[in-house]
Amino acid sequence: MRTPLISAICLCAALVAVLHAQPPQGRGGTVVTSPRNAYPDRPAGDPDAIERGRALYSVNCAFCHGADTRGGDSGPSLLRSGVVLDDRNGELIAPVVQNGRPDRGMPKFGFSADQVADVAAFIHTFRAAGYDESRQKPPSILVGDAKAGEAVFSAKCASCHSATGDLRGIATKVADDKLLQQTWLMPGSGGGRGAPPPVVPPAPTAVVTLPSGARVEGRVTYLDDFMLALTTADGAHRSFRIEGNTPKIELKDPLDAHRALLGSYSDRDVHNVTAYLATLK
Amino acid sequence: MRTRLLVVIFVLACASWMTAAEGGLDPAALLKPLSDSWPSYSGDYTGRRYSALKQVDQSTVKHLSLAWTARLAGGPGAGGAALPPPFGPPPTVVGGEGRGDVVVGGATQIKGAILEVENVLYVTAPDNVWALDARDGHEIWHYFWKTKGGTHIGNRGAAMWHNYLYFVTPDDYFVSIDARTGRERWHKEAASFAQQYFLTSAPMTIGDHVIVGTGNDLDSPGYLTSYDPETGEQQWRFYTVPMNPGDAGLETWRNLDAARHGGGHPWLPGVYDPDTHLYIFGTGNPTPAYTSQTRGEGDNLFTCAIVAVNVDTGQMAWYYQTSPHDTHDWDSAQTPVLVDGDFRGSGPRRMVLTASRNGYYFTLDRQTGERMITSKFSATVNWAKPELNPRGQPVRDASKDYDVGGALVSSANGGATNWPPPSYSPDTGLFYVPLSESYAMYYLSETDPRGAMGLGGKDEVSVGSLGNYIIAIDPKTGRTAWRHKFRTVGVARGASGLLTTAGRLLFGGDVSGNFVAFDPANGNPLWHARIGQVTNAPETYLVDGRQHILVAAGDTLYAFTLD
Repeated sequence: MRTPLISAICLCAALVAVLHAQPPQGRGGTVVTSPRNAYPDRPAGDPDAIERGRALYSVNCAFCHGADTRGGDSGPSLLRSGVVLDDRNGELIAPVVQNGRPDRGMPKFGFSADQVADVAAFIHTFRAAGYDESRQKPPSILVGDAKAGEAVFSAKCASCHSATGDLRGIATKVADDKLLQQTWLMPGSGGGRGAPPPVVPPAPTAVVTLPSGARVEGRVTYLDDFMLALTTADGAHRSFRIEGNTPKIELKDPLDAHRALLGSYSDRDVHNVTAYLATLK
Repeated sequence: MRTRLLVVIFVLACASWMTAAEGGLDPAALLKPLSDSWPSYSGDYTGRRYSALKQVDQSTVKHLSLAWTARLAGGPGAGGAALPPPFGPPPTVVGGEGRGDVVVGGATQIKGAILEVENVLYVTAPDNVWALDARDGHEIWHYFWKTKGGTHIGNRGAAMWHNYLYFVTPDDYFVSIDARTGRERWHKEAASFAQQYFLTSAPMTIGDHVIVGTGNDLDSPGYLTSYDPETGEQQWRFYTVPMNPGDAGLETWRNLDAARHGGGHPWLPGVYDPDTHLYIFGTGNPTPAYTSQTRGEGDNLFTCAIVAVNVDTGQMAWYYQTSPHDTHDWDSAQTPVLVDGDFRGSGPRRMVLTASRNGYYFTLDRQTGERMITSKFSATVNWAKPELNPRGQPVRDASKDYDVGGALVSSANGGATNWPPPSYSPDTGLFYVPLSESYAMYYLSETDPRGAMGLGGKDEVSVGSLGNYIIAIDPKTGRTAWRHKFRTVGVARGASGLLTTAGRLLFGGDVSGNFVAFDPANGNPLWHARIGQVTNAPETYLVDGRQHILVAAGDTLYAFTLD
């Protein structure tokens, strides 16, 4: 529901980049939370109780609710159940287990309160979270056809780039397939998580024509609706107030072509081009 | 003697009770159009954020100048080390159920509405409330809530009823404090912390109701609760998803278990129509947000919808879903806007306007929920099929949900627009919206057929921005009258929330840290000051006959007046 925090390097124009907070610093004896997800883990359960609960669960519960509590064909996920999340030591789970839920097809189980507490201890070893790093094991993103990708490359990319020129060995330089795909879509994107992007795109440049007719050229270091700042070839900082159409500014951003193409790709095009570039070792 | 003392105490107690219940902000004042003060989240019940103040206008705005700044420090305060006023800030009043051992990373960020009532400002950030003098920004009191944890993404402001303030906390409490002293009156558990709810919304005062909405990024039901402002007792609760067999909308879910974990959190304040007693608000995304197969193939009501609820009963009067079966976490929770006027010659209509995070704009009839207009206000959004369905809703293209190889989707997760509030000016008849145009690759990362929970299951990697804008939409046609693209290079952030005034001005923050006054007729900038990234929507109020323009950038407030 809320917008996730966005990496500082992200080129994305997310509204909520303003929400980004600095990484929290720890202090002795305190729990440091990130703004993103700050729900404390449950205290570790009694290992013996967890083992007893595991045995009971596997025999009685796993068939319907799944061995990992994430649900099965006939039973819902317990991991997101309000009863389970609010439960501490089986006190909320007990009535459901002992009475069943006949209206929803769940039979009752003749467990003692202690046995329910053991099952609860086992269930509570699973952590409920949307972002579970251990589950982020996607298969290869290389799903395209290299030959078809070469044709797309010739049509859309070859006016600026060449497989034997600037992109020679690109798949060696950018060995990760996902990063390769992100990089050709928009150089500089997809680094993330503290790592610098593998390709740093050249900065935009501008030619400024002053009312006097004088021209100043340089690498753009800042631009908004009211001011332009440049670094000129000799390394000097120059800035100009912008009022309406004065001074005249000719901006050249080498990424404009990449941006203009984004709306023209099919997902198949994207996958095929990546498959093709992945062959340029 | 003793009796006389008791009588005196009784009289004093009565007097103080009378002031509490009768002084401060009379709820009837909230029915007035926005002018000298700013007594609620949107300033008034229409959500237009259009102020009648016009001392600052197109001819005087060039003389707008800094009157004061106030930098706010959250946290438990300096304790005994602080110097007493007037040499140091007033002591911090500390409350909360936490043990004081949870440190929230990051600086104080003001990302909500600031109330202005009787020359006092009430400002919030997660776990913090301040009262400041509206004349010069000096601190009157500070309240700090010791948290148990929870998602500290932002706080959208406080609500007021007579002399009492109300706000919510990330660890799910609804708290009332005395606006005169900052002392806590009571707090109530408003949602389950163990179920990973978190509360960010500004409460809304309507008569003798204070209404609070939920937030949660796991799989849980969204709801509104109406509380008694005096006692904090619950008056009614409205769930945004079906919770019981036979509930309306259940047929749009795979089963009851899916519906009961279906999200739809109303995490921003709504608006109120006093003629129909309808509280009209938006609901958030369904959950699981991305791997939607466990939700079934249906529309997943009443997520991603504009919903009208009778404020006295908590019963739903109508709904209109702006994103059937959303699969990108694109909430429709944005505060809607109420506008009356002629509609294409069909006579006066009572309308409600909303620009959704999914990139589509809607004009609805606010008495019936009938759709009058749908239009696409972002040129890049590509998640839906070209044709609307017969109900005027966008139709999801499932191939743009995600892909193992990545689906190239506009918008990125932040959406075409988000919580920063829009504004409507009756002078121009235009609806002003901050717009971001962006792309991201959405990779499927959870291949378990049971899917993921909450916001999991995908890896969303940004591709880039094609521009950030303020746009002006004509509610009668849905067409964009003008769009102002913010000039920038490098990392671009979205524009801030917006304010319009009878001085024929449109205020907002750009993407580079400028606070700007625009001409609402065409989007041309008329005045600006580079104060840093604006983090809330600008507001305006009158003190001592001087119109103040108030805006927050991070932890600092800036107030501007005419020289």
